[in-house]
Amino acid sequence: MTSNGKAQTLFEKVWDSHIVREQSEDTPAVLYIDLHLVHEVTSPQAFAMLRERGLTVRKPQQTIGTMDHSTPTTPRDAAGIIPVADAMAAKQLDTFSKNCADFGIPMYALGDEHQGIVHVIGPEKGLTQPGMTIVCGDSHTSTHGAFGALAFGIGTSEVGHVLASQTLLQNKPKTMAITIDGKLGAGVTAKDIILAVIARIGIGGGTGHVFEYRGEAIRGLSMEGRMTVCNMSIEGGARAGMVAPDDTTFDYIHGRAHAPKGADWDDALARWRQLPTDDGAAYDKEISIRADELLPMITYGTNPGMGMPITGAVPSPAEESDYNKRIALDKALAYMELAPGQELLGKAIDVVFIGSCTNSRISDLRQAAQFIAGRKVADSVRMMVVPGSQQVKKQAESEGLHEIFRAAGAEWREAGCSMCIAMNGDQLQPGEYAVSTSNRNFEGRQGKGGRTFLASPLTAAASAVAGVVADPRPLMAAQN
Amino acid sequence: MEKLREVQGSIVAIPVNDIDTDQIIPARFLKVTDKAGLGKAAFCDWRYLDDGKSPNPEFVLNQPEYQAASVLVAGNNFGCGSSREHAPWALLGAGFKAVISTEFADIFRNNALKNGLLPVIVDHDTQQQLFSLAQEDPSTTVAIDVEEQTLSMPDGRRVDFPLDGFSKYCLLNGVDQLGYLLALEDEVSAFEAENPQRVVTTA
Ligand code: SF4
Repeated sequence: MTSNGKAQTLFEKVWDSHIVREQSEDTPAVLYIDLHLVHEVTSPQAFAMLRERGLTVRKPQQTIGTMDHSTPTTPRDAAGIIPVADAMAAKQLDTFSKNCADFGIPMYALGDEHQGIVHVIGPEKGLTQPGMTIVCGDSHTSTHGAFGALAFGIGTSEVGHVLASQTLLQNKPKTMAITIDGKLGAGVTAKDIILAVIARIGIGGGTGHVFEYRGEAIRGLSMEGRMTVCNMSIEGGARAGMVAPDDTTFDYIHGRAHAPKGADWDDALARWRQLPTDDGAAYDKEISIRADELLPMITYGTNPGMGMPITGAVPSPAEESDYNKRIALDKALAYMELAPGQELLGKAIDVVFIGSCTNSRISDLRQAAQFIAGRKVADSVRMMVVPGSQQVKKQAESEGLHEIFRAAGAEWREAGCSMCIAMNGDQLQPGEYAVSTSNRNFEGRQGKGGRTFLASPLTAAASAVAGVVADPRPLMAAQN
Repeated sequence: MEKLREVQGSIVAIPVNDIDTDQIIPARFLKVTDKAGLGKAAFCDWRYLDDGKSPNPEFVLNQPEYQAASVLVAGNNFGCGSSREHAPWALLGAGFKAVISTEFADIFRNNALKNGLLPVIVDHDTQQQLFSLAQEDPSTTVAIDVEEQTLSMPDGRRVDFPLDGFSKYCLLNGVDQLGYLLALEDEVSAFEAENPQRVVTTA
C-alpha cells in the first residue's frame, strides 16, 4: 500500500514507480523504461531517425536485440550456418546487425546460441523481472506481464523515442480484472483460458485497458502458462496484461543469467513481494470466468475473438442481431469456407504449426511431444515444430523431444517466428487449413489465402495425428 | 512532420469491422528498412486478385470514382493487431490523410498520430451515414478541423471528435514528441539517480 494508505492495483504500483513527469492537462505522463527489446523488423526506421538527428542510444545497457521475425528456420548447412535465401530479409538482418553494433546494443544474431523470439528470450535470460517497465516494437510484448512487469508494444516512432531518451509519453490506461477461478480440467490449458477470455470480451473489449489476470486457475499456472495468457492480451485489445508475482515467479527467475544475485536477490524479492494488488483496490472493469467450465478452445473465424469450445458448432450469421457483427461473421465464414452450424471436429486440415511467442516454450513442446510419442502425424498433414529460442531447442533436444517429433513425421526447425507471421518463407498455401498454436488467425496472416484455426499445443498435436481437427481429451484418456 | 490543421477531401468507405494491420499491410511487405513504397501494398490482399497483380475490380479502392479519396471511413475497431507503424505509413503512402471509425486500436492510433494521419472517432450513426454517403456519391467530401476537433458533414452538421491536447499541439505545429522528451534530460537523470538500473543487458 502507498504511504497515503490508498489501496493500489499491481498496475498502479508499477506505473507510479516509473513516472518521470506526471500526466497533466496538456501532456501525457512521461514513463521511464527499464528494458527495451528490439528486433529487425520494427527498428530500422528508428535507427535511421537517430542517425538523421545525430542522436545516440541513451541506455544501450538497458536494450537488447534479437533476430526473429524475418529469420529462416530451415536447418543449418554443413558449416552450421542458417542460410538466408530472401535478399530483402538478408538486407534487413544486416541492417539490424550494423545498427546494434554502431549503437552499442548487445544482440543475438541468427545462429547465436541465445537467439530466439524476442518474447521468449527476455524471460529465459532473466531480463524480464517483476515491477519493471518493458517495451518492444511488437504488440506481443504483453507476454512479459506474466512476471508482474508493465510490458507493452510500441510503434517504430516510439522505438526511436525510447532509444534516444529511455522514456515514453503515455496516457494512463484503465484497468480490468480478469478472474479465472476454479481448476482447469484435463486437456484444458493456458491457451484455452485466453481464447475463452477473448471470445467473451471480443477483440476490442480491452481497448484502453491493462488486464490483470487473477484467481485460482491463474495462480495454478506455470510461468510459461502465464506467459501464454498474457501474450494474447493484445488480441483482446489490451496493450498489456499482468499477473501478480508469487513464488512461482520467483522460482522461475532465480538463477537465470540476468537475475539478481546474492544480497541483490534478497532486496529484489522484498521489493517484488510488495507488488501484488492491495485488498480493496478498485479496477475500472471486472469480469470472471470459471476454469472448471472451460473446454479446449478453437477459433473458427478470422480474428482471435471468433473462438468456441472445440465441441461447438460455427455460429450462424443469421442469428447475429448486430448488423456489423453479422457482416463480419459472413465475411469470415466466406474466407474460411465454413458453413453456419458446421462442427469443426473432424474438419480435414493440411498443416499443424507448433510455435510462436504464444506456445513455443519447453513446456509447450513437452506437452505436444508427450501426446505425439508413439503416434504418427497423418499422411495428409505437414507438421512443423518451431522452438521459440535456441535455448528451448537445446533443452528439447537434450530431452529427446526432437526425436519424438521426427519419428512421428514432424519437421523440427531452428528458432524464430516462422509461420506465425509468414515473413520467412514458412507459410500456408492459398486455401490450406492449419491448426496453429500462434496468436492470430487474421486473413492471410500465415500466408496469403491460408486459413488458421488457433488452438493449444495439445489440440494441435491431436489434430496432427488425426489429420482433422481433433479434441485431445479422448486420445489423452486412451494414452493414460 | 508537416503541420496538419485541416483535412478536406472525398471519402471512401470500407465498412468492415476489426480491420487488422495484417490487412492494411501484410507482413511480407515488412522486410523494408525504410518507409518508401508501402502505399502500393496497402490492403494488398484485398486489392489484388489471387495472382497478386491484377486489381480486384470489386474492391472499392480500385474503383475509378474513388481514386481521389483522402479520407477512409472504416468499420469499428480499426487497426487492431500488430504494432507495425508500417500501417499508417502505407495508408499515408496510399494518399489517405484521415481515417474515420467508431474506435481505433490503441497502438494504431498512437502510430497514426505520430505520422500526421488523423484518426477521427465518431459515433455509430455518423459512421453509418458516412458509409451510405460514400456509396451513394463518391464525390462526397468532408472537412476535418484539427484545432476545432470537428468533422463537417456534407449537410453542414458538425461532429466533435476527441483528440488529446498533446497530439493536437504536435499536429498543429508539425513537431514530433521526441523533442519534448529530450528536453527533459534533467528530470530523467534525476529519476535514474534515484532508481537503480534493474538489469544490465551488456553484462
Ligand atoms: S512469434 Fe508471431 S506474434 Fe510472436 S513476435 Fe513473432 S511474429 Fe510476433
